[in-house]
Amino acid sequence: MKTVAEHTERRTYTLNMGPQHPSTHGVLRVILELEGETIVDAKPVVGYLHRGTEKLAESKTYQQVSPLIDRLDYLACPAYNFAYCLAVEKLLGIEVPPRAKYIRVILAELARIASHLIWLGSHAMDIGAVTVFLYTFREREVTYELLEMAAGVRMHQSYFVVGGVRWDLPEGFIPRLREFLDILPSRIQEYENLLTKNKIWKLRTEGLGVLSKEDAIALGATGPMLRGSGVEWDIRKVYPYSGYDEFDFDIPTGKNGDVYDRYLVRMEEMRQSRRIILQALEKLPEGPIHAMEGKLYFPDPDWVRGEHKDIAALIHQFKLVVEGFHPPKGEVYQSIEAPKGELGFYIVSDGSPKPYRLRIRLPSLMNLQTLPLLSRGHKVADLVAIIGTLDIVLGDVDK
Amino acid sequence: MGVKRTPIKEVEIPRLVTPEEAVEEVTPEELEMLEKGGVLLTTLNKMVNWARKWSIWPCTFGLACCAIEMMATAASHYDMARFGAEVFRPSPRQADLLIVAGTLTKKMAPVLKRVYDQMPEPKWVIAMGACAIGGGIYRSYAVVQGVDKLIPVDYYVPGCPPRPEALLQAVLMLQKHIEEEPFNNKI
Amino acid sequence: MADWLEAVKERLGDSVLEDLEFRGEYTLVLDKSSLPEALEVLRREFGFDCLVDLCGVDMGVDQEPRFYVVYHLRNMVTRAQLRVKVGLRDGEGIPTACSVWPGANWMEREAYDMFGIEFEGHPDLTRLYLADDFPGHPLRKDYPTEGYDFEE
Repeated sequence: MKTVAEHTERRTYTLNMGPQHPSTHGVLRVILELEGETIVDAKPVVGYLHRGTEKLAESKTYQQVSPLIDRLDYLACPAYNFAYCLAVEKLLGIEVPPRAKYIRVILAELARIASHLIWLGSHAMDIGAVTVFLYTFREREVTYELLEMAAGVRMHQSYFVVGGVRWDLPEGFIPRLREFLDILPSRIQEYENLLTKNKIWKLRTEGLGVLSKEDAIALGATGPMLRGSGVEWDIRKVYPYSGYDEFDFDIPTGKNGDVYDRYLVRMEEMRQSRRIILQALEKLPEGPIHAMEGKLYFPDPDWVRGEHKDIAALIHQFKLVVEGFHPPKGEVYQSIEAPKGELGFYIVSDGSPKPYRLRIRLPSLMNLQTLPLLSRGHKVADLVAIIGTLDIVLGDVDK
Repeated sequence: MGVKRTPIKEVEIPRLVTPEEAVEEVTPEELEMLEKGGVLLTTLNKMVNWARKWSIWPCTFGLACCAIEMMATAASHYDMARFGAEVFRPSPRQADLLIVAGTLTKKMAPVLKRVYDQMPEPKWVIAMGACAIGGGIYRSYAVVQGVDKLIPVDYYVPGCPPRPEALLQAVLMLQKHIEEEPFNNKI
Repeated sequence: MADWLEAVKERLGDSVLEDLEFRGEYTLVLDKSSLPEALEVLRREFGFDCLVDLCGVDMGVDQEPRFYVVYHLRNMVTRAQLRVKVGLRDGEGIPTACSVWPGANWMEREAYDMFGIEFEGHPDLTRLYLADDFPGHPLRKDYPTEGYDFEE
């Protein structure tokens, strides 16, 4: 006579999460294998936002590719353009004037603050602290205002161009930026007061999603994922670019590699970004904002159509619009520390005005690879916290 | 016991009619409405439309960058909640408005159709952003060139991404549209 | 030329077909038959424990070799960076790098998805970005940007 246990068969339960789901930060689908409430395996399925950026880039000139790059990580738009422009400038072998360098640093760090704000808002909202979402969007509106002042649009600015920045910062930008930086520490303190020592927050995030040092390096996780596990690695310090070696800032690292540590790392990064921006504002020099004016990016409209018309400027504008510039043959790889991790551009050029191959090394895609490892053994309710700590954005995962 | 029943009063809801038209004969729309529902149902129609337009609950369908502007519209600075779009319901069964915000890829297309089919009537669709309207800057192998290839769209909001004010304008225009909707159209 | 690069070239011997430098970056073109041992050597003996990126490049329909699989390696201690390229013909497979760097998993899936490069020994070689029944491999040079059944 068989017992009940012998008659029954034990299987895992497959649950599909997404792609339309309130907390998947976009169109991410996760196929969960559950045993009761415990996750046995979490397999992410990506590609629901794959738009063909790399293929499209092969049919556009180097300038025209910028808007495509903007739309990869739509939370920190200047940062991605930054990496692309640095890569093309490396290919061309040109140096950007100092004023442009510092403006780029200021906007890139502002983008980092903006990206971490929305990470905090959505992460906290998913775990249950909805107030934080509304508070962080209040700060984010100010960053939108600043970026709109500089570039004219709230998102997808394409403000950085190959060779410098598009136009100079307007009059009211620096005072408004200083105002924002003055209130920022108290606002970050407000979020910390709500969350850092909060018993519920700690219970929900401590000991969860632990990523060890070796696993982080082996799986290619970068950014706060890597730093939360104790590895002191930041591209801004290791391979400095665009003048970062002239600034004084710390790299926050975590101890345990869990969700709580990564939260602390990102909060501290916001403070360090503010520190960098203040130093850059002190040192901001006067001068041109574009190298090789007119040969890489459109010349001043005044020279083309206005009072100081110059035939050379007109010819340059025509050539740039119709054909684009010709970089030398070769291949380069340039990476920066984007808010989500290491963003790299690998450009293969065959001498024509269009990139032959544009490969984008995306931080969120590599970070997402760690999801099965992080979520094994935890409960379903913790999965949302783990996806939040990965800080993925689907445009960044799917290209 | 003791449910207080207030009699339905004749509520004067202002209509978008110019003074000249008002003194003229019955307008073609009123004629059509009268033909469809009769005099008996006009007040009920107005009541139902009033209730519907002030409680449009959107369904979360943020795909890409426009989703962030949608979130900004729902946040405190632009506050869509004051127009009745209080909660973004994740379940399509509990939502009336589908705001498709972002690029629709061919892999995601069946999911959109499934979500739209699950929504009960009355339902409306706003296509937000250049990608949802017509593919945007992505003329590639993986992107559907416009959401209206799959589902009927009521309002298009252009922009890349559109400003929150533009999305709010679309919601307000949708409210006016709902207000003038005859009863039999969407039960 | 950096010292460590000389040591690497000496250790890898005949498998190094070409050795380039451009804008301060070093590239080694390796012979396919030396993989995966060459990658193991680079990881264990020379400390390139970080695989930054793995991608494919299509050189053109009538080029020889047609594809290159490009590995970007990094040594986190000495901070050295190296690019390794391996040439393939159309239809040829290449041993997987997953046993050396687990992070190569999804990148190889993406190279398979976009180019059709088969990675021998990969635990789960399925498409990453596109639907499983998608015809063709988009990033190949003979695939049109708009795809085959493009509706305006």
